[in-house]
Amino acid sequence: MAINVVVCVKQIPDPSAPARLDPASKRLVREGVDLVLDPGDEHAVEAALQVAEGAGGEVTVVSMGPARAVDAIRRALSMGGARGIHVQDPALQNSDALSTARVLAAAVKGQPFDLIVCGQESTDGSTGAVPGQLAELLGLPLLSFARKLSVEEGKASIHRQTDEGYDVVEAPLPAVVTVTGGINDPRYPSLRGIMQSKNKEVRQLTLEAIGLSGKAGEKALTQEVVDLQPAQARKAGRVIEDKGEGAREIVDFLAELKVI
Amino acid sequence: MAAATDFYCVQDLLTDEERLVQSTVARFVEERFLPIVADHYERGTFPLEIVPELARIGLFGMHLQGYGAAGMSNVAYGVACQELERGDSGLRSFVSVQGSLCMFPIHRYGSEAQKQRWLPAMQSGEAIGCFGLTEPDFGSNPGGMATRARRDGSDWILDGTKRWITNGNLAHIAVVWARTEQGIRGFLVERGTRGFEAREIHHKLSMRASVTSELLLESCRVPADCELPGAQGLKAPLSCLNEARFGIVWGALGAAIACYQSALDYAKARVQFDRPIAGFQLTQLKLANMLTEITKGQLLAFQLGRLKDQGKATAVQISMAKMNNVREALEVARLARSILGANGISLEYPVMRHMANLETVLTYEGTQEVHTLALGEAITGISAFK
Repeated sequence: MAINVVVCVKQIPDPSAPARLDPASKRLVREGVDLVLDPGDEHAVEAALQVAEGAGGEVTVVSMGPARAVDAIRRALSMGGARGIHVQDPALQNSDALSTARVLAAAVKGQPFDLIVCGQESTDGSTGAVPGQLAELLGLPLLSFARKLSVEEGKASIHRQTDEGYDVVEAPLPAVVTVTGGINDPRYPSLRGIMQSKNKEVRQLTLEAIGLSGKAGEKALTQEVVDLQPAQARKAGRVIEDKGEGAREIVDFLAELKVI
Repeated sequence: MAAATDFYCVQDLLTDEERLVQSTVARFVEERFLPIVADHYERGTFPLEIVPELARIGLFGMHLQGYGAAGMSNVAYGVACQELERGDSGLRSFVSVQGSLCMFPIHRYGSEAQKQRWLPAMQSGEAIGCFGLTEPDFGSNPGGMATRARRDGSDWILDGTKRWITNGNLAHIAVVWARTEQGIRGFLVERGTRGFEAREIHHKLSMRASVTSELLLESCRVPADCELPGAQGLKAPLSCLNEARFGIVWGALGAAIACYQSALDYAKARVQFDRPIAGFQLTQLKLANMLTEITKGQLLAFQLGRLKDQGKATAVQISMAKMNNVREALEVARLARSILGANGISLEYPVMRHMANLETVLTYEGTQEVHTLALGEAITGISAFK
């Protein structure tokens, strides 16, 4: 049975370059910087492709964003996605997480899909709220923080990353899954994929087209960024001098951080 | 990365696909190649482990049509070469040799059977190629080559020596050029053919992350169907070099950009006399000259690429761009080395590695001098070397 997958992606300012905040809008500056497909979303695209390729299905790439966001969709299509949906509307500027989830939910309604895959959170805003809201709006189960995903016999099964290890969690399809960076090693787009992507359909939708005029974006904000503070400067690291106990001290330190 | 060295917004002139090619290759080089290149350079080895990934992306023969190739524009090939050589000239050379010097002649001059046999295998990286034109005594004057091919029944017998052959010891298939009674012809010689041997050239101080070899042909018998049927005369191998030189035009920019970036970062961080050396006028002069030359080179490369996409690029236009861009890249590398001071000679930074590589790039695929004289001939109508 073919499994069709929707993957939600976001275009963000290149996180490897220094980010600048606009004090007036309290948002990241998107002008004059390189915009990229969110690296976290690349893992989601890869996971979606692996599921669809294994089951003979197709991947639909969905994004909400300004005109240039189509580049992020194209990148996902050049990795192997079959088609794109791009919701773009001037009224969506400065949308909050719930608006974004409403838009994505409305955009995928009417699409045949068995699974929706998202990154665990955007690398720029990092609220991590959209996938849960999306699942709620669509009335679907949410499997979050998957570091392993398998889909078979009408259900999705994941290894959910925890502090101590992982939980095995299952849900019937259709379901929403969020993936961690550890789940896979995203493929590079192939040049052939890049050539093919320009012939793939990317549907352009407005708020009106998805029936959300006045119900998303600036007119329907539920959150507001009220203040910005610079992050605290990082404290100096601790130097351990090895007097025979160095290894022990490092192990204790890592255990304290819960990384081992 | 891109914005700081794209002073004239040349990226805006690229198509969406070309930009995607650039960002894809740039990331591959950053993530998979840059972390390992310094060790390979020091040990004098090519990182063969990345060949399957280069193939999966589709970089081998990417601007050819059919037989599994991506069929991209010349400009797309150019930006890929730029990003590869931002890694190392040896990496770009590997891809250049495979695509422009081996797949291209098979694609253009080969029989259908030769194309079917080799192009998909080379595209997928299962077969690696090398290109045997240069000889110990014939570099700038390939028409004087001493390698001979004579008929024996329907077979050909090859005798001669080729030298400075990139990938010679890695190659499954060598495109060998030899003189016959009918003029210069091209032959596909497989590894393991009796009388054919590749010997690696050691003690190199440049292109250390690249394999360079000597090819020895001693009564090497190959069947008639190893001859490239469409390759007649010296213009056939020269057409391959035109393809590869086009890649160098862009690749040299990549090396220059890497050096400029390294020097700029260093100049901003390095403090002498209580201020970053980037604040000193002499450093600023160097940085200004470097960025100016990179920008001029980008404009040359881009317009040359568009001419080539329209089928209008001439050999002498490619000569001008190869001559200029490599010369200026070398100058940028030397200026960068001076900005980095003593650190400039370390493999911890990319600068001296690029600088040493560019000494090779200045000479191979037509020396600086020969390209200058080709331009001189085009200007005056008088050849200075023939």
